[in-house]
Amino acid sequence: MSVSHAGGYIADPRIRPIEWLPWVLALLCYFFAPSYLPLGSYVLTMIIFALSLDLILGYGGIITLGHSAYFGTGAYAAGILAVHLTGEPLVGLVAGTLAAGALGFLTGIVILRTRGLALLMLTLAITSLCFEVANKATSWTGGADGLGGFSVQPIVGLFKFDMFGKTAYLYCLVVLFACWWLVRRLVYSPFGASLTGVRENNLRMHAVGAPVYRRLVIAYTISAALAGLAGALLTQTTQFVGLKVLGFELSGELVVMLVLGGVGRIYGAFIGPLVYLMAQDYLAKQFPEYWYFFIGAILVLVVMFARGGILGILDAGVARLRRRSR
Amino acid sequence: MSVVLETRALCKSFGALTVAEQIHFRLERGARHALIGPNGAGKTTFVNMLTGRLAPSSGQIVLGGEDITALGQAERVKRGLGRTFQINSLFLNAPVVDNVAFAVAEREGVAGRMFRPASHYRAVLDESMALLETLGLAEDARLPVVGLPYGKQRLVEIAIALGLKPRVLLLDEPAAGVPSMESHRILAVLEQLPEDIAILIIEHDMDLVFRFAQRITVLTQGSVLAEGSPAEIGADSRVREVYLGERHA
Repeated sequence: MSVSHAGGYIADPRIRPIEWLPWVLALLCYFFAPSYLPLGSYVLTMIIFALSLDLILGYGGIITLGHSAYFGTGAYAAGILAVHLTGEPLVGLVAGTLAAGALGFLTGIVILRTRGLALLMLTLAITSLCFEVANKATSWTGGADGLGGFSVQPIVGLFKFDMFGKTAYLYCLVVLFACWWLVRRLVYSPFGASLTGVRENNLRMHAVGAPVYRRLVIAYTISAALAGLAGALLTQTTQFVGLKVLGFELSGELVVMLVLGGVGRIYGAFIGPLVYLMAQDYLAKQFPEYWYFFIGAILVLVVMFARGGILGILDAGVARLRRRSR
Repeated sequence: MSVVLETRALCKSFGALTVAEQIHFRLERGARHALIGPNGAGKTTFVNMLTGRLAPSSGQIVLGGEDITALGQAERVKRGLGRTFQINSLFLNAPVVDNVAFAVAEREGVAGRMFRPASHYRAVLDESMALLETLGLAEDARLPVVGLPYGKQRLVEIAIALGLKPRVLLLDEPAAGVPSMESHRILAVLEQLPEDIAILIIEHDMDLVFRFAQRITVLTQGSVLAEGSPAEIGADSRVREVYLGERHA
């Protein structure tokens, strides 16, 4: 039993017992660590964001430093909707998802014609463009002051957001569960397998007659939509949208989190944000002036010694134990 | 016999450099045809034009009676043109069977499906396994390609192309890089390929060419020098001069 989820035609798609562990832990956290729930909500949101990136980076092999463009678009769409039309959260989620998905499709059909460094530069450019638009369109976005002062109604009219973040946490958890189910489904499907094929050998995928470009655009659009969903979730649980959601730093941080957890294995997107954000929380308290140094040090260690991220280390450990027990 | 693949006055030049000049070529149904020529004769350029990786400067390519000159790679594959690569082009970290299944799934038109798990597509998996079995790779099916010896990787290369059920199969140096002790295995596989597939083989290994091919085309400096049966080509003095000279004189 390996902890990786590669998909493909001989992969067993059934859910393994260990895959329930994150959900059990998340519920335990709800009951036994109530003071961490606001941080927990943020972690859950970032896991959705990281899952969206894993789909294109880990499975499709699309390198991007601009995924915050879609996260931010979803965040602003949900915020603007709450200010002008309705604070109903589910409608906001749908709006954020659709807005980001549409942007993902439109930008995808342009930038996915390129590869490698050119693609990386274009993803950066798109984030910068979105950032400037949000910065200048102050009447809609609040510009550098951010967008706040809207209220989020109870979910389906029943569950009110409370000041302790209990509802928000469960809300994030349920949405993450849905996203996880979807991404897992995709990864194990023929579509997911063909994405892996594109990552492994783009040239040969063309040679077996695969519509590579079309597949990548579809994957990119789905990924952007999920990123937008995560953005909308952040808007609703914090009741504020700042320009940071469109920043290049967030895109970079996201890649760091995913690499830390492990790329192309679903649960890397769970463990990366969790470890990164908890370390950030702890280190920022202990060493308020230079905590970023430790984050950098962790990343250097992971990239140098554990290319598969934390899950890669676990995989190697499990393999070694098994060999010994034989 | 009917012609499945034909080129008419195919030309390709890069600026002043002409790498293919007026190539008229016919591949008949079920043919075992070899394309030979010294290094730089334009063999790979010719194959790349056939498969659609390279657009010809002028001329036509006709597959099964249809002009495919303007079609892209994927469309040509859909119409039955498969190829293998001179240098292995595999999905290295994927299991051997997935390498083949990618091709089978594309041919079956199910490769873009999103909801049912890939492993539920039994027809794709069974066909891929059966194909591997005929190539003697059944035992390696579940291993990642990257761990196989090079000779077996060459067979996977062929298996992927066969997964497309091509009418025309272009084999670009199938024995390249394989130790001569193992090249008989490649030949054995080639000899048992379905008879209705027209095969064009580009190969440097003359033993393999003369044992396998029923017809040989010799290319030099971008144009056809001679075409005939192996006996005719072996006896052709011009061919000996430019190509076989060192070995067969």
